[in-house]
Amino acid sequence: MNTDPVVTHPDLQLITLDVNGERHDVITEPRRTLVDVLRHELRLTGTHVGCEHGICGACTVLVDERPVRACLMFAAQAEGARIRTVESLSEGGEAGSSDGRGGELNDLQRAFSEHHALQCGFCTPGFLMLAEGFLAERPEATKEEIREVVASNLCRCTGYQTIVEAIDACATTRRGTCADTCDSPAGKEH
Amino acid sequence: MSDVPMNERKLVGKAVRRREDPRLLAGRGRFVDDIALPGMLHAQFVRSTVAHAELASVDVSAVREVPGVVAVFTAEDLELGDIVAQLGRPLSEFVPTAMPVLAGDKVRYVGEPIAIVVARDAYAAEDGLEAAKVSYATLPPIMSEEAAFAAGAPLVHAEAAHNTLVDVSLFATDGIDEVFASAPCVVEVDTRTGRQNALPLETRGAVAHWDDREEQLVVHTCTQIPHQVRTVASRCLRLDERAVRVVVPDMGGGFGQKCVVGREEIAAAAAALRLRRPVKWIEDRKDALSASFLAREQHYRARAAFDAEGRILALDTDVVCDMGAYSCYPFTAGIEPLMASAEMPGVYKLPAYRVRGRAVTTNKAPTGPYRGVSRPQYVMVMERLFERAARELGLDPVEIRRRNVITEFPYKGVNSITYDPGSYLESLDLCERSVREEGWYEKQAAAAAEGRHIGIGYSCFSERTGYGSAAFAQRKMRVVPGFDISEVRMDTSGAVTFTTGTMNHGQSHETTMAQIVADQLALDIAKVRLHQGDTDRITYGFGTFASRSITIGGSAVRLAAAKLGDKLCAIAASRWGVAPDEVELAEGAARRRNAQDVLTYEEIADIAYLQAHLLPKDIEPGLSVTATFDVFNDGTFSNATHACVVELHAGTGQVEILRYVCVEDCGVAINPQVVEGQCRGGIAQGIAGALFEQVTYDAQGEPSATGFMDYKVPTAHEIPDVLIHHLETPCAFTETGAKGAGEGGTIGAPAAVLNAVNDALRPTGVELDRTPITPETVHRALNGAPSLELSS
Repeated sequence: MNTDPVVTHPDLQLITLDVNGERHDVITEPRRTLVDVLRHELRLTGTHVGCEHGICGACTVLVDERPVRACLMFAAQAEGARIRTVESLSEGGEAGSSDGRGGELNDLQRAFSEHHALQCGFCTPGFLMLAEGFLAERPEATKEEIREVVASNLCRCTGYQTIVEAIDACATTRRGTCADTCDSPAGKEH
Repeated sequence: MSDVPMNERKLVGKAVRRREDPRLLAGRGRFVDDIALPGMLHAQFVRSTVAHAELASVDVSAVREVPGVVAVFTAEDLELGDIVAQLGRPLSEFVPTAMPVLAGDKVRYVGEPIAIVVARDAYAAEDGLEAAKVSYATLPPIMSEEAAFAAGAPLVHAEAAHNTLVDVSLFATDGIDEVFASAPCVVEVDTRTGRQNALPLETRGAVAHWDDREEQLVVHTCTQIPHQVRTVASRCLRLDERAVRVVVPDMGGGFGQKCVVGREEIAAAAAALRLRRPVKWIEDRKDALSASFLAREQHYRARAAFDAEGRILALDTDVVCDMGAYSCYPFTAGIEPLMASAEMPGVYKLPAYRVRGRAVTTNKAPTGPYRGVSRPQYVMVMERLFERAARELGLDPVEIRRRNVITEFPYKGVNSITYDPGSYLESLDLCERSVREEGWYEKQAAAAAEGRHIGIGYSCFSERTGYGSAAFAQRKMRVVPGFDISEVRMDTSGAVTFTTGTMNHGQSHETTMAQIVADQLALDIAKVRLHQGDTDRITYGFGTFASRSITIGGSAVRLAAAKLGDKLCAIAASRWGVAPDEVELAEGAARRRNAQDVLTYEEIADIAYLQAHLLPKDIEPGLSVTATFDVFNDGTFSNATHACVVELHAGTGQVEILRYVCVEDCGVAINPQVVEGQCRGGIAQGIAGALFEQVTYDAQGEPSATGFMDYKVPTAHEIPDVLIHHLETPCAFTETGAKGAGEGGTIGAPAAVLNAVNDALRPTGVELDRTPITPETVHRALNGAPSLELSS
């Protein structure tokens, strides 16, 4: 049995992806989804697959800063876009993982831990990227608006309450921090 | 025991931050699909497209021609042993049936695996499936309890007459018929609950490979029961058990569905063994919804007799559980009817009880355990009976419960179970007070005046946890879980590694069990690390289910830590020439009482390993101890009262949950934040069963739900915030005072929701007894249309 990918798959294509600020050249089938390429070609396994039909949101990543279901997009469609995965959140990001421990958790990740917003942790990367994208777009979001957005994804463990609370707490803290810096001349653009 | 009593605990009882969180939050968890091995192949399964048929032919020759396909195996190719789950009961009570790893002669449900296709990647494996040609000689499918019992019905298993796998009558109090005949109030319910999927968000999966150096088949699989998977793999593959190593990575939930041995994980292992290459199988969502293990489809015909003051006199129940096509290993098709039969009286002082429990086999995907196992159903039935009796007798629904809950402990029930102390009445009172103080009764009255429909419902229940070997032996299981073993080991740096035979899949054991060990040894929790889920590293275990992990696993862990503490004290005492009870452990060191002498753990470990000549003759070198724990009575009962407030919307039939209150008592909460997480998550799953989730089948046996568009998993829209109050009645015989906390939320929620809906429907005269409560049912009730529950 010939398992040489080029012989058995003449329709392979070369695509270039910008993931977490790093350029990756990938030879892959056009039918491969973005989440499969992220997970299995680039070995960024923090993004998970829960349903493969766009409902559960475990595969949520940011594409040009907006939350996207990576199971509903072919990798080839993401060429030219900036992709961010959960691995980018920790301060120091992926670079920090070379010491085997990774970077410091960011404020959103810490809020999830403080509020016990994760149990098994399988859906968590999707919720983190959903919240990261949403709060960047609407830093002033109310708790009710946050609940609406949290309803985009599925979690089977928590009952959602603590996920909403964690995101709300993070947003509140960010606004407080922003309010401080906004008073200084350097922070005016907020 | 060494000298850090639980009343001086520092970490137990605190919301210690979870040890699991940093890796999971950073995307550095390692779930089974994250594992990639050199040369790894990918498996998918050719599955039956019909519900009931003889397999006329299975032609996979074209599959081998599909680009990327490496191999395909049928039952004939692999010649594996069957998976057979046993109860030690006579044939009149239990009919053992075999579940083949791959279907050979017959298929019994849509989705049943027939052949395993192994390919270069998962996409090519899927391509391969389409080239398989299977011919079926179809048989009439058995798609309901009624069809299964019908005279002359085709048999799902030839050996199981009347399609009955289990038929037990565990209790029948003498004179019960006379009690019913003379009772002033007799009420009845006919309750059905929908077939559900436990639905861990991570589907099932495995990565298997042969390790030449260890002469072992290594199976990475997301299972709640690693040792039982090892046993089945070794039997099916005819290997010595030591030649199979099961390793469990991070797990994306289980809730019972991963508490049984899956056919696919064994088939993937067989393919890896045959090909001598790593093989990965990851279940897709369609298969997970339609062809994994389901649960909860039960039918109760129950009646209860009450005296004029509302005290229950007798309960008579017939429960039929639709277990689908196969008996699951290790629990068997008895899991649901035996649980319901043994424990249905619940928190109430019941003098007379008769029950018949049956498991019927049908052409649906098989049934396994799901969080709560039968208890969400029988609690719902009991709570409906009490509500109905309250209406007949003109009593307040809370008051009738108050007159019936067990208040004196230990209480020996009519079901021969002894209940340890709980706070049944206190939780009921506090829950009602909480609802009253928030003004929900006034809001209900005000809404009624506006023509709106607000209802308030309660459920009052206990949850038997900490089942020891004795309790499971009573069920007559052939595999009797119960005890747990823990090893605690200190290294030369004074750091501690310890093991458990339980298997975390979201419950935070890396944190909670480390809290127990750190307190016991007076050690910084950062120096304590749990290991679990590796059959080469863990002596033996029964995994995590039935809320057994902290009660039994946590007790074994504390006992082992205490033994290690004793040894640390003994070594220090020998150095100081004093008796061991002159030594206490504090802040990571042994300290001589009333003296300045101190030996740090590092110093003691140095003696135990590197200066062993300094040890007295009666102390062995090394710092590794093992302890076991088992429960020799009927276990320990957590309890709770739930209250739910709903509003029904007449236009849409929607049930909106306005408020949810839970008063729970799980004894000593090792980590209250984790307990609250278990409550909230459990309640969400209970609400899901009450209002949303159901797998149905058409007449041909085709399942309705193959994706999340057809199987409504509730989101943050539907699941309310939950107010939780804690009570603490410590368990007297677990080592930490803890009772189990994993399932209560799921157990109480369906009854509370259903009672609230019925309370809101009170003006209509309609009472509902079935779940899920669909918008159509509610809409009909509110708009005067005939109830759907009258049909079927």
